[in-house]
Amino acid sequence: MTSETLEQGATGALGGKARKMSTGRLGDRLFGLSAKGSGIVLLAIMAAIAVFLIVKALPALQSDKANFITSQEWNPDASPARFGIAQLAFGTVLSSVLALIIATPIAIGIALFIAFYAPRRLADGLGYVVDLLAAVPSIVYGLWGLQFFVPKMNHVADFLHGHASWIPLFGGDAVGGRCLLTAGIVLAIMILPIISSISREIFLQVPRPNVEAALALGATRWEVIRMAVLPFGRSGMISASMLGLGRALGETIAVALVLGSAAGISLHILKPGGNTFAANIANTFGMAGPNGQSALIASGLVLFVITLLVNMAARAVVARRKEFV
Amino acid sequence: MAKRIEVSGLNAYYGKTRAIEDISMTIEPRSVTAFIGPSGCGKSTFLRTLNRMHEVIPSARVEGKVLLDEVDLYGAGVDPVAVRRVIGMVFQRPNPFPTMSIYENVVAGLKLNGVRRKGQLDEIVEKSLRGANLWNEVKDRLGRPGAGLSGGQQQRLCIARAIAVEPQVLLMDEPCSALDPISTLAIEDLIANLKDQYTIVIVTHNMQQAARVSDRTAFFNLAGPGKPGRMVEIDETNKIFTNPGEKATEDYITGRFG
Repeated sequence: MTSETLEQGATGALGGKARKMSTGRLGDRLFGLSAKGSGIVLLAIMAAIAVFLIVKALPALQSDKANFITSQEWNPDASPARFGIAQLAFGTVLSSVLALIIATPIAIGIALFIAFYAPRRLADGLGYVVDLLAAVPSIVYGLWGLQFFVPKMNHVADFLHGHASWIPLFGGDAVGGRCLLTAGIVLAIMILPIISSISREIFLQVPRPNVEAALALGATRWEVIRMAVLPFGRSGMISASMLGLGRALGETIAVALVLGSAAGISLHILKPGGNTFAANIANTFGMAGPNGQSALIASGLVLFVITLLVNMAARAVVARRKEFV
Repeated sequence: MAKRIEVSGLNAYYGKTRAIEDISMTIEPRSVTAFIGPSGCGKSTFLRTLNRMHEVIPSARVEGKVLLDEVDLYGAGVDPVAVRRVIGMVFQRPNPFPTMSIYENVVAGLKLNGVRRKGQLDEIVEKSLRGANLWNEVKDRLGRPGAGLSGGQQQRLCIARAIAVEPQVLLMDEPCSALDPISTLAIEDLIANLKDQYTIVIVTHNMQQAARVSDRTAFFNLAGPGKPGRMVEIDETNKIFTNPGEKATEDYITGRFG
């Protein structure tokens, strides 16, 4: 809404005097302007990013002789250029979904423990540790993942492949530590604090009367959580998970370090290698030629769109049962 | 199914602060007992000790005995969860579960008790909602959110939820204080009907309400400024309001203080 329509609205409803009141004070005007300015800056930044991505991506997209969406090749600097995002999109989505599946139950468990089970002092300490986990730089997670976790995962991968290869996810020919499952676990640890601290905040906001209603019906602690807490926190938990998923989709350096090189599209999550949008950009942008850089930006544009879609889907889920919340 | 409650030497604390002091009384089955008294004198605290809801507040604790037909609710090995399943409670503000439909609200307690059969649940939902005088208003929209009802309807829904599990005793903590006069009247009628089956204890700030609905009335007061609340006297409602035994009671009901 522009300032003209705002003023017209105020004039229409309240007459000339109200108009004078709303525009006369310097503080009012300054605050109104700065609030409006902040909103505009936000939109401008979003628009600038989208325009940048599209403009820089176009030359490569026009030069592409393969299908950009379905091709698994990545040779943008060859002549003719042939590249597509299929592998990157697959690796990105699979590693992030693995991370989400691993992190969400643990994070919600931690949040419930802190909010309802832990004694006050332990709860404060635990909350602090969880927040600390969020403050660890992602490069540290990457180095830890590569140096410490990958060797451990070598054994885990061997074990799973040896004993549970009838589960398609754990099948395949070769297995190793630098696989999508390892990337998923490292990502899960990284998104755990976001999901956990948002869920905890939501759980602490559950209205006391709802909790007492459940208690008075003779609900045990777990039944109180099931009757009053989880339904109330449902949309908040979904939002928290989606924020976590957003971070996992875009995480770069930890994944780039943990995973090896591109490995095609395979649901065998123990197979060494794999690649994601962000890791691919980080690994290859420096060495890429002009068309290669443009192609990488095009892949960044796709990541941008995927993240946008994830957020919209989350909002749709949250809105669906709004009547009850 | 209604049972007698005998309280003896009951003290309740919030941390180190004693909120109510040395209360003893007998609450008769199939009757309505009203608690009246000025704000902050411990009526609600005392009510919440009767179904062990007091202790859910951190650092709150209770000393003394509450016998429900000879069983001490505070005895060793008594599970507070089991106590609350036989002593139902209705709160000051209607608190239906906001994420549940009308139907789901009524069966919430039954589900805790493991009743799962659809036919049986349907039957109890109708019976409970009829018991709470709400059936005719909601029978066509049982799947709608409970929180979408008016305040008075929500409170009757909460009563239906409480009586669906057929408790021995029904505790009501100022159940009409957030309601308009018409809804209040509906709830008072309901209380009159329910006392054929249940032992009812009601806390109220409205002395006319106590006079209208209750058989016996207990008057609570502070022992003095900064001191814990105590029960001044309990007697037939008629006697309390016409010829009370204590001067403090007479001062309160005639409006000289409080």
